[in-house]
Amino acid sequence: MAETSATTTHASPARWLVVAVPYLWLLLFFAAPFFIILKISLSDTAIAMPPYTPVFQGFGAIRDFFSNLDMENYLFLTEDPLYVQSYLSSLRIALISTLLLLLIGYPIALAMARAPTTIRPLLVMLVILPFWTSFLIRVYAWIGILKPDGLLTLLLQTVGFLGPNDQVQIFRTDIAVFIGIVYSYLPFMVLPLYSALEKMDNTLLEAANDLGCPPLKAFWKITFPLSLPGVIAGSMICFIPITGEFVIPDLLGGADTLMIGKTLWTEFFGNRDWPLASAVAVLLLLALVVPIVIFQNQQKKVV
Amino acid sequence: MAKSLGPVKRKFSPWTDPAAVPFIRFENITKRFGDFTAVDNLTLDIYEREFFSLLGPSGCGKTTLMRMLAGFEEPTEGRILLQGKDISGVPPYRRPTNMMFQSYALFPHMTVEKNIAFGLQQDNLPKGEIAARVEEMLKLVKLESFAKRKPNQLSGGQRQRVALARSLAKRPKVLLLDEPLGALDKKLREETQFELMDIQTNLGLTFFIVTHDQEEAMTVSDRIAVMDKGVIVQVATPAEIYEAPNSRYVADFIGDINILEGTVVATENTPGVVRLDSSGVAVAVEQECQVVKGDQVAFAIRPEKVRMSLDAPAETSVNAVYGEVWDIGYLGDFSVFLVKLADDRIVRAAQANVSRLVDRPVTFGDMVWLTWPRDAGIVLTR
Amino acid sequence: MKSSKFDATVLTLGFAFLYIPIIILVVYSFNASRLVTVWGGFSLHWYRTVWSNQGLMDAAWVTARVGLLSATIGTVLGTLAALALVRYGRFPGRMLFSGMIYAPLVMPEVITGLSLLLLFVAAGIDRGFWTVTIAHTTFTMCYVAIVVQSRLLTFDRSLEEAALDLGSPPVKTFFTITLPLILPAVLAGWMLAFTLSLDDLVIASFTTGPGATTLPIKIYSQVRLGVTPEINAICTILIGLVTLGVIVTSISMKRTELRRIRDEHVAARNAT
Repeated sequence: MAETSATTTHASPARWLVVAVPYLWLLLFFAAPFFIILKISLSDTAIAMPPYTPVFQGFGAIRDFFSNLDMENYLFLTEDPLYVQSYLSSLRIALISTLLLLLIGYPIALAMARAPTTIRPLLVMLVILPFWTSFLIRVYAWIGILKPDGLLTLLLQTVGFLGPNDQVQIFRTDIAVFIGIVYSYLPFMVLPLYSALEKMDNTLLEAANDLGCPPLKAFWKITFPLSLPGVIAGSMICFIPITGEFVIPDLLGGADTLMIGKTLWTEFFGNRDWPLASAVAVLLLLALVVPIVIFQNQQKKVV
Repeated sequence: MAKSLGPVKRKFSPWTDPAAVPFIRFENITKRFGDFTAVDNLTLDIYEREFFSLLGPSGCGKTTLMRMLAGFEEPTEGRILLQGKDISGVPPYRRPTNMMFQSYALFPHMTVEKNIAFGLQQDNLPKGEIAARVEEMLKLVKLESFAKRKPNQLSGGQRQRVALARSLAKRPKVLLLDEPLGALDKKLREETQFELMDIQTNLGLTFFIVTHDQEEAMTVSDRIAVMDKGVIVQVATPAEIYEAPNSRYVADFIGDINILEGTVVATENTPGVVRLDSSGVAVAVEQECQVVKGDQVAFAIRPEKVRMSLDAPAETSVNAVYGEVWDIGYLGDFSVFLVKLADDRIVRAAQANVSRLVDRPVTFGDMVWLTWPRDAGIVLTR
Repeated sequence: MKSSKFDATVLTLGFAFLYIPIIILVVYSFNASRLVTVWGGFSLHWYRTVWSNQGLMDAAWVTARVGLLSATIGTVLGTLAALALVRYGRFPGRMLFSGMIYAPLVMPEVITGLSLLLLFVAAGIDRGFWTVTIAHTTFTMCYVAIVVQSRLLTFDRSLEEAALDLGSPPVKTFFTITLPLILPAVLAGWMLAFTLSLDDLVIASFTTGPGATTLPIKIYSQVRLGVTPEINAICTILIGLVTLGVIVTSISMKRTELRRIRDEHVAARNAT
C-alpha cells in the first residue's frame, strides 16, 4: 500500500509534460517513420530526388493514397531469389552466431560469477570496456589480423604451421563474419548471463550436493535452469541486431556473404531504389517482431 | 466506588468530555485501490495534545489512513477535518502536518543541519530564525555536535532523532509518526519511547503514531485504535484495550490470552453474574453485559490472572478448573504453564517467579487447580 | 577447488580474445612502416598525418558537436521518459510508450536509419548536422531512459514525500531532492549517449547530408580501401579518449564508494 503513487491526485499541467515531451518525440521520430517506410515500400520507383513517387501530397490526395499503393515491390522480393536468400542467410548467420556466443559467453559469465566478490567489479568493467570502444574500430581491428597478408598468417608462418608462401584464407568469408560478430557482441551476451548467474544463491548448489547430486549434474539441474532468463535476454539482445547487421558482413564478409542489412544498404545507396529498400526493411522488421516481443517481455519481468 | 483499570498515566481525557471539540476528525473515510478497500467507512476523532496510536497488523489500512492525513493519498469517500476545516484536496506541501517516516527519509546529500532546516527554508523564514530553530531542535534531540554530519555518518538511533527533529522543526499542529521506532533495537526502543513521550508533553503537540508493535502503542499512547481490515475495532486507553477488549480480535491481538468458547446458561442481577458453560466447564463472570441465556459467547482471561495450585481451592465463589501440566515455558520473570483440561483444551497460566527457591516445583504431569475470581476475565460477544 | 583453475583459464582466454585485437591495433598505430605486418620501429608519424588531415579534423569536429548536443538532449528526454515509466503508473498509451523505449535498443540500425531518412525526406527537411543530431537523440534517449529507470526503481520514494511533507512543492522537490540523488545515473546515461553517438556509423550514414560527415563515416570510407596506420592512429586516439573517460568515471565512483564505507565505520563507532 505504501508504494502506491503518492502524487497522482495532484495533477498539474507541468506533470503531464514529463510524459508528453518524450512521448511526442518518440512518436514523431520513431513511430511515424515506420509508417512512412511502410507507405514508401508500397510506392513505385522513380528516377528523381527523392527517388520515389510521393504517395502523400496534401490532404486532398488522401483519396488517391490507397489507389496508388501496390504490392509490386513485395512481389519483386519474392521473385528475385537474392532477397529470399538474404533473409534465410541472415537468420542462419544470426542463429549460428547466437549459439556460438552462448557457448563462449556462458563459461566466461559463469567464471565471473564464481570469482571472488572483490574482483567481480573489475571483471565486469573489463567486459564492458570494449563495448565503449567503437564498433567500427573493433571490426577494423580484425581486418589487420585476418587478411591474407595479415598478422594471423604471419603468426602461423612464424610458428611453422603454414609454409612461407601459404596464407590464411578466411578474410572475406563467413568465418570472418562469425569471428567479427562473436567478438563484437560478446559483452552483450556475457553481461545478461552474468547478472542472472551472479544473483543465484550459492547455498542452492550446496543443498544439491548435500542431497547427493554431483557438481556437474547440479549444474544442469540447478544452475542452468535458473540462468535461463539471462540466456533468453542475452540471446535476444544479440540475435535481433545481428540479423540486421551491416558493418561486419560488409567489412569482413565476402561477396557471397548475404545479409539482409547489407542488401538493404546496397539497394539504398547503390541502386538508389528506395521503395525496394523500404520493402526489405518492412519484411526484416516483420521477421524480428517475435524476438522483439520476447525481449520486451523479458525486460518487463526484470523491471 | 468502582475499581479502575490499570494505572492512570496522566489526567487527560478529553474524549470523555462531550463538549470537547475534536482536533482531527476522520469522517466516514473510505479508500479504495482498484478493487481493494484499504479503509472502509471509518470515523475517528483525535483531540488536541493527544498521543494517539493506530495499532494493527500490516495491511490493515493504518498506514493508508495516516497517508491520507498527510495528504499523500486522497480519500475515495468521506472527509478529513483539521480544527473543523476540511483539508481534502490540500496537497501535502500545504498541510500543517509533518511526518516522521518509517525509513526516516533523511536526505542523504544534506547534512543533519540542512535536513532539519529544509522545512523551514520552504517557508522562506529569515536565515537567523532558521539557524536558531535548527539549534533548538538539535538541542532537543541532543545532537548538537553532529550538525555537520551526513546521515550515513550516523548510527540508527541518531538518524531516528534527526528525523524527529526535522519533522518537529516546523512546529506542526500534528506530528505523524510511521512506525517511528521499528528500526531500533529493543533496548534503544524502550529508552526512545519515554523520550518521545517527554517531547510530546513538553511541546504540547498532538502525536499520531502508526505501529504494529503493541508494546510500543501501550507504552506511549493516551488512546489506541485497534484496526483490522480497514475498520477500527476498538478505540480506548491502553488499560481498557488490555483489560476490557471489546472483541475476540482485540483480545487476541493484544498480549496473551485464553479464550474459551461457550454458551450462556444463566444471567443474574445487573451488574450480574453470567454463567456460561464451556463444554463441561462452568464459568461465572461478574460483568455488565448484554447477553441472554443461550447466547454463544467467548470467555477471555489473561494467563497472569489465573492462579495455579496443587491443592483444591477452599472458596466456592471463585472459578476453578482441574487439569494436567502439559508444558512449561520458563521466561525468567515468569513461567507459563500449559494445563490440559479433561476435554483436551489447553489453558495457560502465567506465574510470577517471585521466589528464587521453591519447595516443590510444579512439573510435567502434575495435576493442578487453576482458579480465578469472577471479575478476572471478560465475556466477549463479538 | 578444481573449478577455479578452469575458471581462471576461461577468463584468461576470454579477456585475451577481447583485448588482443585492440592492443594490436594500438601498437601498430606507432609503427613507422606503412605495412601492417612489418614492424618498422616506433614512430608518431601517423599521428602527425592525422593532425594535418583537414577532412578528418572537420569530421571529428562535426562528430563532437553532434555527440555533445544529441547526448544532452537525449539525456533530458531520456530522464523524462524514465520518470514517466517509473512514476506515472498507468497512463493512456503506456504500452506503446514503453515499447518505443525498448525497441530502439535492439532495432537493427539499418531500419532506424532508413526510416528516419524517409521521414526527413517526406517532411522536406534538408539533411545535415541537425538531422543526424535528431536521429542520434532519438536512439540515445532510449539508452538513457533505461539507465535512469533502473536507478529510479531503487529510489526511496519517501525522500520525496518527506520533502513534500516539509512544504516543498513537487517541481522544487524534483530539483532539490530527486535530481541530485539520481545525478550519477543521469551522468552515466549521458556518457553512454555520447559514446553511442560517437560510434554510430549506420544511422549517421542514412541521415547525414553534405557538410556533415561524421568521423565514423570518414573512417568507414577509408577502411573500405584497406588497413592503413593512419586509421590505426585515429582509432587509438578514440580508444584512448573513451578509456580515459571510463577510468576517470569509475575511479570517482570508487572514491564515492570508499567514502560511503568510511562513513559507515564512523557511524558504527558513534553508535553508542
